[in-house]
Amino acid sequence: MLHAAVLLPFLAAFFIPLIYRGVKQVHLGWFVLLVPILLFGYFLTFIKGVMQGVHTLKTFEWIPSLGVNVTFYIDGLGLFFALLITGIGSLVVLYSIYYLSKAEKLGHFYVYLLLFMGAMLGVVLSDNLFVLYTFWELTSISSFLLIGYWYQREKSTSGALKSMMITVFGGLAMLGGFLLMADITGTASIRGIIENGEMIVNSPLFPFILILVLLGAFTKSAQFPFHTWLPDAMEAPTPVSAFLHSATMVKAGIYLVARLSLVFAGTDLFFLIVSGFGLLTLCWGSYMAVTQTDLKAILAYSTISQLGMIMAMLGFGTELAILAAVFHILNHATFKGSLFMVAGIIDHETGTRDIRKLGGLFTFMPITALLAFFGTFSMAGFPLPFLNGFLSKEMFFDSSLHFEDASTIVEAVSPFFPYFAVGGSIFTFVYSIMLFFRTFTGKQRGTLSKQPHEAPIGMLLSPMILVLLVVIIAFIPDAFGHALLSPMVDAVNGSVGETHIKFWHGFGPALYMSLSVLILGTALYLAREKWQHIYKAFPGKLSAAKAYDGLINGLLRGSRKLTNGYMTGSLRHYMIYIFVFFIALVGITMSVTGGFQINYNDLAPIAVPEVMIAIVMAGAAFATVFMKNRIAAILVLGIVGYGLSLLFVFFRAPDLALTQLIVETVTVALFLLCFYHLPNFDKKKESKRTNAVNWVISISVGVLVTMVGIASHSTKLFEPISDYFLKNSYKLGGGDNVVNVILVDFRGLDTMLEILVLGLAALGIYTMIKLRPGKKEGND
Amino acid sequence: MEIIMSILAGMLFTAGVYMILQKQILKIIIGTALLSHGAHLFIITMGKLNRGKPPILSEGVTNYVDPLPQALILTSIVISFGVTSFLLVLAYRTYQTNGTDNMEKLRGNENE
Repeated sequence: MLHAAVLLPFLAAFFIPLIYRGVKQVHLGWFVLLVPILLFGYFLTFIKGVMQGVHTLKTFEWIPSLGVNVTFYIDGLGLFFALLITGIGSLVVLYSIYYLSKAEKLGHFYVYLLLFMGAMLGVVLSDNLFVLYTFWELTSISSFLLIGYWYQREKSTSGALKSMMITVFGGLAMLGGFLLMADITGTASIRGIIENGEMIVNSPLFPFILILVLLGAFTKSAQFPFHTWLPDAMEAPTPVSAFLHSATMVKAGIYLVARLSLVFAGTDLFFLIVSGFGLLTLCWGSYMAVTQTDLKAILAYSTISQLGMIMAMLGFGTELAILAAVFHILNHATFKGSLFMVAGIIDHETGTRDIRKLGGLFTFMPITALLAFFGTFSMAGFPLPFLNGFLSKEMFFDSSLHFEDASTIVEAVSPFFPYFAVGGSIFTFVYSIMLFFRTFTGKQRGTLSKQPHEAPIGMLLSPMILVLLVVIIAFIPDAFGHALLSPMVDAVNGSVGETHIKFWHGFGPALYMSLSVLILGTALYLAREKWQHIYKAFPGKLSAAKAYDGLINGLLRGSRKLTNGYMTGSLRHYMIYIFVFFIALVGITMSVTGGFQINYNDLAPIAVPEVMIAIVMAGAAFATVFMKNRIAAILVLGIVGYGLSLLFVFFRAPDLALTQLIVETVTVALFLLCFYHLPNFDKKKESKRTNAVNWVISISVGVLVTMVGIASHSTKLFEPISDYFLKNSYKLGGGDNVVNVILVDFRGLDTMLEILVLGLAALGIYTMIKLRPGKKEGND
Repeated sequence: MEIIMSILAGMLFTAGVYMILQKQILKIIIGTALLSHGAHLFIITMGKLNRGKPPILSEGVTNYVDPLPQALILTSIVISFGVTSFLLVLAYRTYQTNGTDNMEKLRGNENE
């Protein structure tokens, strides 16, 4: 059943194109909507069990020989994410029905969206590292497809490519970490790895494992400096941004860190990297968000910053911090999801997302403005009792102040954390209220392509539900705390105490932090004109996007240079590569293994006529090299061939001799036929250097061939298989001529393919002679 | 005898490789022909020379030369004949179309 649930989106993705072709009157989204709603209902049934600590485990053996099982596992963490994916998924699909008109390629859109949904469910529910990895990459691919949905736009495709490059790079690094973990613990099951967590932490490879796995998590969750793909991913349709790039996919990295917390947490390295990069991302993201002018770009940087905050809390690793982290995942999904939808509505109804042009929309779209108010102020952490963002922000401050049984490094570093927390939050406050006030109040600053008006109710429905959740969560946080958050903290932390979330913490440092954010944030917002120029100095021209572009361009240029360096188009160069490689490989192997031996005991007697022929052949072979005249060269080549057929006679190979004789005759005739049409040999000599290189290579090849021939004759590692043919030629093949029987019977397939080769050569020759461009057939 | 034949095969290879490294198509084709002669000689030498009667079964004979290399070479002779004639016609057509038989001048363009 659980497998069927994860499979359902994929199945639906398979049938959606058929429905799309068949039913034209109804918007395709209505059919798609059934899938996440069904799944959401299904996952809801697990809540009761999970609250009581009952975990569900279903296994299906996929590749038993490699120990890869598709095991799905539902505990607090997985269930929460599954509910998030399907819940937000339902709202997003509903929203998209009104956002995307029927003129768009809806079939593509919903197939990608369903693929993503299934993949994401697979990520958060699978218990096997490699299955998780497979689904993980599948989310990257579907994200790529969705960002590039409007593939006619150049920005969409480049944004899609960028997200793909960065997340897949991280995914591969993560796979490396997974392989090491599976190797050390001997199991690919996440539960098994958590049980054997000490083996990993104590392994000398631990730093590598941690960094590799975190690379995967950080690229996916857009942590500094890999965050640069997320703003570019905003080229995707807004429902996609709300779903993938704020609520779910970017949280896959958070999920991974949370899931493996039981293994890694408690080590100083984990603490330093995760909380350090988290805080850095928090500050950088919110700092950069203030200077953006596109609504969705503000939200993108805001998402980066919020993800950094959650990541930092996971890095803190205290129970309070983990509770705050999981609480904020929930809150962020609600207010950020609604804000993305609001941004989409504004774009849809006014034709622009540029806040320099917008303003005074409150009068035209009061409902949207109200929704935006709840979203932005919740995001700012404004101290109002009906905003869930404030609750988790307060808990974040609190957790940055308290570190239990800290090691020396933690003690040394942690006093700085509250300052980062407050700094990041001040900018969060600034861009949040800027987003609201500049869009909805004041005067309209630019001309809009559309007369703004309120959005249709269907479009408002989804953000309304989310905003309702914002308020409900703020009023009864404990209900969510008991049902969802406690089991989740249990899964991340290994144990859970009392989770009581309250609005009023009393007069304490956390409150003062909130108040200073409020005061400083307001001051900075009001005085924003005065300090905006700081962005010119910092970051100025530095940015991760530039670094990425430089890296990619450098790689492309470098590889082109390298390829052009050896792919010269010269046949001689290519042949030289082949021969030099042959010389190096055979020469080194022979000298390393001592394979060259001469055994004089088992030789055929030397006969004078054979030696004479050999001398003539050698002479003739080298004569072809020095001949200035083409006919002479061809005739001398003929001497080599005829000499060979004579040798075949001496070596008791009558069939060979006959064949060689005929073939040689025909070949010489062909040569003579063709040379008439070809120009004379070049009189010009090659440069001395070229000639020397040619000789060195050809002599080395010749010497090596001789050495291999002698060595192979002198060493007998096993009995030849020829006796079999001699014994069975008559019995099985019914022929006395063993060579012929081998050709037509024992190795008949060889001969058949040989005939095929000849046929192809004949066909090629015929084509080359008969068909000419620009000439009609039969004119020859 | 095997040693002498190995040396001869090596010499045929030397001449063949040298010709293949030239620029004119006709020389390259001669090179491939020399190379296949060398290879045939090499294979038959590996199967030991002159150790019995030709591999045609007859009454009272128990000692035959190794038939397997011969079968392999027979296949190879025919195929190298096919290849040589194909190359010859290719050279003829190349020269007719492009007006040169110099491989260095027949290099592709940058963006092919």
